[in-house]
Amino acid sequence: MPEGGLATEAATASARARVDDGFWARVDGERWIKRLLIVALCLWLGVVLVLPVLQLLVKSLADDQGGFVGLTHYVKYFNSPNLFVSLRNSLVVAVLTTLLSVGLGFGYAYALARTTIFGRGLLKGVAMMPLFAPTLLNGIALIYLFGRKGLVTTGLFGLLPGVDIGVYGPVGIVIAETLYAFPQAVLILVIALKMTDARLYEAAQSLGASPLRIFFTVTLPGVRFGLMSAVFVCFILSFTDFGAPKVVGGNYSVLATDIYKQVIGQQNFSMGAVVSVVLLIPALLAFIADRLVQRRQVASFAARSVPLIPRPNPRRDVFFAFYCWLVGGAIVIFYLTALFASLVKVWPYQLELGLWHYHFSGTGGGGYSAFFNSLRMSAYSALWGTAITFLAAYLIEKTRQLHGLRQLAYFLSLAPLALPGMVIGLAYIFFFNARGWEIAGVFVANPFNWLYSTMAILVLCNIVHFFSVSFLTATTALKQMDREFETVSASMGVPFTKTFVRVTVPVCLPAILEIGMYYFVNSMATVSAVIFLYSADLPLASVAVANMDDAGDTAYACAMSMLIVAANILVRLMYGASTAGIRRRSQAWLTR
Amino acid sequence: MNTSDTSLAVEKVGKKYGTFAALSDVSFSARRGEFLSILGPSGCGKTTLLRLIAGLESHSEGRVIIDGRDVSGSPVSKRNVGIVFQSYALFPNLSARNNIAYGLKSRGASREEIVARVDELLDLVGMRGMGRKYPAQLSGGQQQRVALARSLAVSPGLLLLDEPLSALDAKVRLLLRGEIRQLQKRLGITTVMVTHDQEEALTMADRILVIEKGRLVQDGTPHDIYDRPATPFVASFIGAMNFIPDAVKVHDGVYGLGGHHVQVGMENGSAALPPGSRVTIAIRPEDVLIGRELGSANIVPTTVSAMEYRGAQFRLSLVVHSGERSGLRLDADVAAEKVRRLQIRPEMDLPVHLPFNRLRVYGAGEAHA
Ligand SMILES: Nc1ncnc2c1ncn2[C@@H]1O[C@H](COP(=O)(O)OP(=O)(O)OP(=O)(O)O)[C@@H](O)[C@H]1O
Ligand SMILES: [Mg+2]
Repeated sequence: MPEGGLATEAATASARARVDDGFWARVDGERWIKRLLIVALCLWLGVVLVLPVLQLLVKSLADDQGGFVGLTHYVKYFNSPNLFVSLRNSLVVAVLTTLLSVGLGFGYAYALARTTIFGRGLLKGVAMMPLFAPTLLNGIALIYLFGRKGLVTTGLFGLLPGVDIGVYGPVGIVIAETLYAFPQAVLILVIALKMTDARLYEAAQSLGASPLRIFFTVTLPGVRFGLMSAVFVCFILSFTDFGAPKVVGGNYSVLATDIYKQVIGQQNFSMGAVVSVVLLIPALLAFIADRLVQRRQVASFAARSVPLIPRPNPRRDVFFAFYCWLVGGAIVIFYLTALFASLVKVWPYQLELGLWHYHFSGTGGGGYSAFFNSLRMSAYSALWGTAITFLAAYLIEKTRQLHGLRQLAYFLSLAPLALPGMVIGLAYIFFFNARGWEIAGVFVANPFNWLYSTMAILVLCNIVHFFSVSFLTATTALKQMDREFETVSASMGVPFTKTFVRVTVPVCLPAILEIGMYYFVNSMATVSAVIFLYSADLPLASVAVANMDDAGDTAYACAMSMLIVAANILVRLMYGASTAGIRRRSQAWLTR
Repeated sequence: MNTSDTSLAVEKVGKKYGTFAALSDVSFSARRGEFLSILGPSGCGKTTLLRLIAGLESHSEGRVIIDGRDVSGSPVSKRNVGIVFQSYALFPNLSARNNIAYGLKSRGASREEIVARVDELLDLVGMRGMGRKYPAQLSGGQQQRVALARSLAVSPGLLLLDEPLSALDAKVRLLLRGEIRQLQKRLGITTVMVTHDQEEALTMADRILVIEKGRLVQDGTPHDIYDRPATPFVASFIGAMNFIPDAVKVHDGVYGLGGHHVQVGMENGSAALPPGSRVTIAIRPEDVLIGRELGSANIVPTTVSAMEYRGAQFRLSLVVHSGERSGLRLDADVAAEKVRRLQIRPEMDLPVHLPFNRLRVYGAGEAHA
């Protein structure tokens, strides 16, 4: 039989088998499943994001009995000098932090992306350290360095003349926030600096431009979108952060601590909602500006650009090496001080090292049960968050049904970028704690009320809080896959679910792991949203840090922070090992 | 045409994106085992047409019938078609074997059946022994073969190819052209291939559909399309064509151009025009004859104004001597050997013969591209 014989025979047989003139030949089950999933995604985003934020807005316009009072609370807010001053303080802190972190970050990123200095991998790792710690720890470390009994203030416990920089207040907040925002600025700017076309530099050099002139005419314009993006991101981070001002703020109040004081301290929920809205608006503006900038950045980088390979330049490299090791060293010293402090018996009197503060007995906060709760919560957040985020990105990117709803889902998926953790936390209390709502005179009981003060609501809150960045990671990975994979599978009669499992997920596995790690690390470290949502029988490590610090048990708080950092570094190392494993295994299909 | 012999029928199909009509009123059909090529310039709607046939795009109007079954509302999974994309869309994490077996596994074939079928297909596309390799380890041509094997694995009734060779370099392209065509003949599978490469269409297809701005302008064999292009657009899109505008019909079969009378053997619609009508006369450069074989009629005196060397031949730019109008130009392709033999040089007077059965006449209404 000729080779073709079998194939043709099979062809006709199968064609006959698949010909089916009935109704079912026209119905595409897959399309309906996809439609259903898209609708489900939109509903989910509605419940976990839109409704809670709406509830928050409504709350800011209502009195405690739920009666509509219009802008009364806002008028009161802007007439109350104490509260109003916090807005100014928050803006001052955010602007200073942004200048510092973007300024320092630019030099650092430049060294990483454009020079050949030694140890760039390590330097990058060092710069990322703050990502693994709760921002409370930044404040705590500052106190051990510059506080009343700090290392610097006392001149290494009296060995040297000490200096008091007055860390409690704006100085401390700005330093802690700069540390917090620094890694984000470096990440964004390294990418921007790497995405430059080498030919522009060759052209400028061939025209005889001086290095300084090249910097101002080629380098800066080339990264202007990255710079703007870094500015907006750092602004949002420092404007909305709660952890650092909580610890080192002293009497210097900012919006995030005001919300906490109003809600937890005075049980004034309406005013808490008002401050949240005030906090939300600048963040929202920065978010919108950032989105506009990002869109232009993508468009301005041509696909055919020639990547710039840095060449050694001794004078420049020595300068940048010095700079980077200085900054990197400061970060290391910062966290080493915290580690040291957590191990010291009684700071600053008994400097014997040991695990004195790691038993957490005799202090509040929940001790190890809080730590294990946090681990569990972070693991669930990583698991569910990754699954939901990836599925959402897949549905939005790879299906062709319900265009309008997918647009909406895309927009909603990015919206959490603009939502400060405090706002999410508060919105969640209002929404999930509500017994029900009067809608057009009919009382509708809250079907989600049971979630209140469960692990589920904490996980949900984390998923929403860290949704956008994960979503963008997933979307980028999915965009790099051939658009026709789904089509090819469909033409062979293979269900899309099978292609999803056999092709999409394996190919995107590095991105999936990255998302999982991101969720875990952030869920461990976050305090701003969960501080409103945890319950007494479900304590959390990061909240314990805040509470122990509040109670003056700074060493315990420091020790707990160290546990969080250790868990995060461990997860990061596991992530590194597993991606290395995947890379080895998938070498065959990634390289020629 | 006998319906049982018709593998694919497209009836008055149209597609709109918003208000923009990407395709309008396209009808054609393919006999079983026929190789059709859809040819047209970029953006004319070729891919759209292919995607409509595949069911990847829903059409606004008309019907698509595959194997006698109206599939207009059916999704791609229910049309029994194999598709090969320009990008191949091979799954990067699966070996060539697993790529080919991909569609088989979900049809409940046994392991042995699958192995046998994949081996058969690997042989079929000349990839025996390469099944273990991953797509990234294969050359472009090999990837194309795997993509072809994968689409054939599920024994489709209709094979759809969207510019399957455009990502390959010239040599491989030439090789694969022949192979795909042979394979298609051997399997007897009805095939529709989109291309914007006229040579590809001319050498591979049984029939060519030429699309212009979303409309089907000609449907014919490669011979028809080349020798009897239906419109000036088709004529200029496929091969080169001299257009001589402002010719005047004298009477049936005789036209005046630049003070000369020429006889035209093949009229296409122009027979209906009244004498005195303005028309455009067209002739391919290689049909403009010079030298000893000149016939007696249709001789036009010209001067050589420029010569362009093209390896095996020269392209001569000729200016027709004419009483009333100067500047009437003609291009002629002449074998290099003949140019040397006749010692043709620029500025030389050169009478040319326009064979009456190679001239085409287009009414003035048909503006040419
Ligand atoms: N999804 C869409 N929305 C709007 N317009 C579209 C869409 N897809 C295609 N078009 C338009 O329809 C026309 C035909 O597109 P099509 O892809 O079929 O062209 P083509 O002939 O395959 O071109 P090429 O040779 O460049 O691949 C183009 O003008 C294109 O801009
Ligand atoms: Mg196309």
